[in-house]
Amino acid sequence: METEKPARRRETEDRRREGIASPVEGFNARAKRAVADEQLHDSIELFTNKSVAGRNAVLNALPEAPELRERAYGIKQETMANLDRYLGQMADAVEARGGNVFFAETGEDVVGYIGDLARRRGAKVLAKSKSMATEEIELNRRLEEEYADLDLEIVETDLGEWIAQLAGDTPSHIVGPILHMNRRRITEVLSETAGRRLPPDVEALGSFARERLREKFLAADIGITGANFGVAETGTVATVTNEGNGRLVTSVPPVHVVVMGIEKLVPRFADLSVFVRLLARSGTGQKLTVYTNFVTGPRGPGEIDGAEEFHLILMDNGRSELLGTPFEEALYCIRCGACLNVCPVYRQTGGHAYGSTYSGPIGAVITPLLKGGREAKDLPHASSLCGACWEACPVGIPLHDLLLKLRNRQVDEGLAGKAQEIAFKGFEKGMSSPTLYNIGSKAARLAQKPAQKDGSIRPMPGPLGAWTNSRDLPPLAPKSFRELWKEGI
Amino acid sequence: MKVALFVPCYVDLINPEVGVSVVRVLRRLGVEVVYPRGQTCCGQPAFNSGFFDEARGVARHFMDVFEGGNHDHVVCPSGSCTTMVSRYYPFIFDENPDERARSGALAPRVREFSDFLVNVLGVGDLGARMGGRAVFHTGCHQRRELGVLDEPRELLRNVEGLDVLDWRNEELCCGFGGTFSVKMPDVSVAMADEKIKALDESGADTLVSCDSSCLMHLKGRLDRTGHDTRVLHLAQVLDRNGG
Repeated sequence: METEKPARRRETEDRRREGIASPVEGFNARAKRAVADEQLHDSIELFTNKSVAGRNAVLNALPEAPELRERAYGIKQETMANLDRYLGQMADAVEARGGNVFFAETGEDVVGYIGDLARRRGAKVLAKSKSMATEEIELNRRLEEEYADLDLEIVETDLGEWIAQLAGDTPSHIVGPILHMNRRRITEVLSETAGRRLPPDVEALGSFARERLREKFLAADIGITGANFGVAETGTVATVTNEGNGRLVTSVPPVHVVVMGIEKLVPRFADLSVFVRLLARSGTGQKLTVYTNFVTGPRGPGEIDGAEEFHLILMDNGRSELLGTPFEEALYCIRCGACLNVCPVYRQTGGHAYGSTYSGPIGAVITPLLKGGREAKDLPHASSLCGACWEACPVGIPLHDLLLKLRNRQVDEGLAGKAQEIAFKGFEKGMSSPTLYNIGSKAARLAQKPAQKDGSIRPMPGPLGAWTNSRDLPPLAPKSFRELWKEGI
Repeated sequence: MKVALFVPCYVDLINPEVGVSVVRVLRRLGVEVVYPRGQTCCGQPAFNSGFFDEARGVARHFMDVFEGGNHDHVVCPSGSCTTMVSRYYPFIFDENPDERARSGALAPRVREFSDFLVNVLGVGDLGARMGGRAVFHTGCHQRRELGVLDEPRELLRNVEGLDVLDWRNEELCCGFGGTFSVKMPDVSVAMADEKIKALDESGADTLVSCDSSCLMHLKGRLDRTGHDTRVLHLAQVLDRNGG
């Protein structure tokens, strides 16, 4: 492991230069590469088709699914309206059970808290279970860099996340982090780690991973998890997993740290019956995931497992700024990944094209919201607004409407560019006047004459070229409908 | 029954024959059709690009043109433009109570063509005849915002001589998305190619939709890739009496 680190870090840095970790413009360039990658396309298709079919099957078999969806929306709405109160309640409940609670305003605060904790505990090995919140703040890289003197070994223990980590890669899907890799690539990565050729079969690869990861669970000084849900009334943190690594991370190491986005809160324990049923079905097409973990504070007197020390980090990182705004619904997300699986854009590009921890429709919404509008400026446009995301969302977040509102916010902030501003001012004028509309359409009909060839518009430069390079463009008809109507139909 | 016909701008200028078929089909059913001359566009291009103020300007013009008159309904041969008026006008006027009420009153009167035939007129069989093997593409707005799914299929299934086939992943978007098609051209084309692959697998020789915009996109790619698939708006199919 030690010898692999420098190479891994170098690869990560390359990726950062390409803008993976900090999204700037460039969705189109990344998407172009992704679209041309047939292996990637096959991998995405396999994963998303299977996920969508599984999800449809289990949800169709649940007659109360539409009602659950409405309840989930209602619960999140109520939670966000009273978030400060519920957060306080959760913190009190955790502290009453002997746990520690830390409100982290930024990712930096989270890194600082965990780094200091590692220093105080003399920790060497940190074992993590899958957590998008820690991916969002690049916890691993920042701990390694900012606490380099501690020489921490941070190990992802979710199989997919571990393989991504070994490959110096980032997750490309909220639920299936390495869906972009095929079996051959996975075998390569694990063989390199093993220092010997592993056979490319699931059992052999799985047992190698189990062997290696068991060592890490046993050696870990601190276990770090995310939270699928946090229950305000009891202080319980719920995590759902399929691999059991979450249970080992929360019960073997003496210290358990939870990094929870503040929007993961639900008010009551009973609310979990709504969300757990929706999450597994929407995410993986299961009625329940294999493991559903409830952790409430550190190991209590007379209890046989659980960490000696329990830390709950409630991470804001830009979320609270969305409360009470037209974008608040973005906080209702439970990270099931269903919107990615059904998104026709994601299905062509995969997750890395989004250049952000969160990809697909939810990523296109929350990345600009959490990082600020100037970054990830192109993401709100990486959607045909087909609405499949909204239809699939188990909480009923109108993701396509949020994308529209984000586009509108860009216009208000002057980010749409002068050319578009002028074009749409002209559009408004022309389309608000039948006279201008008629003059404009006649002028266009004349202008297109020299551009026509074999019954369509020939490839041309400019914005139309983006169409004509790859698609035929029909010319305007010799007579418009309104002219035909005037002549008599 | 009297209806005001809204012919979307691109149908007016690029596919006027679709509007002609709509008029003929409606008249055949005894519907009186008027065509308000002041009409232009629903404003969707500006709206989808985030230019809500500009879209509101066009929307006000649309409402001026269509809310008066003694017509019972406004009929539009596009699920997408119908959605713009019936769902997204109230959305962009949300902060102005008067205009929200105004757009909200107009919304239910604006009906997509197949929805109007089946759900207002109660007609599912036009007695049309056309040979061939067709797949139907439901535009995303029609599918998810209007929920008009079965109506066009029912109308199509009743066309004598036409086989209506299932096709794989038919719920996927065609990749048009208005300005998306030129802002994100590579992804847009890849989306079209996925539809075309499914179309090829289905063995269909005809592609039908209630949205000329989706059809323009798919036909543009079909033609470019050497397909000779026949591409028709539903109204054109229903207007056929053979051939």
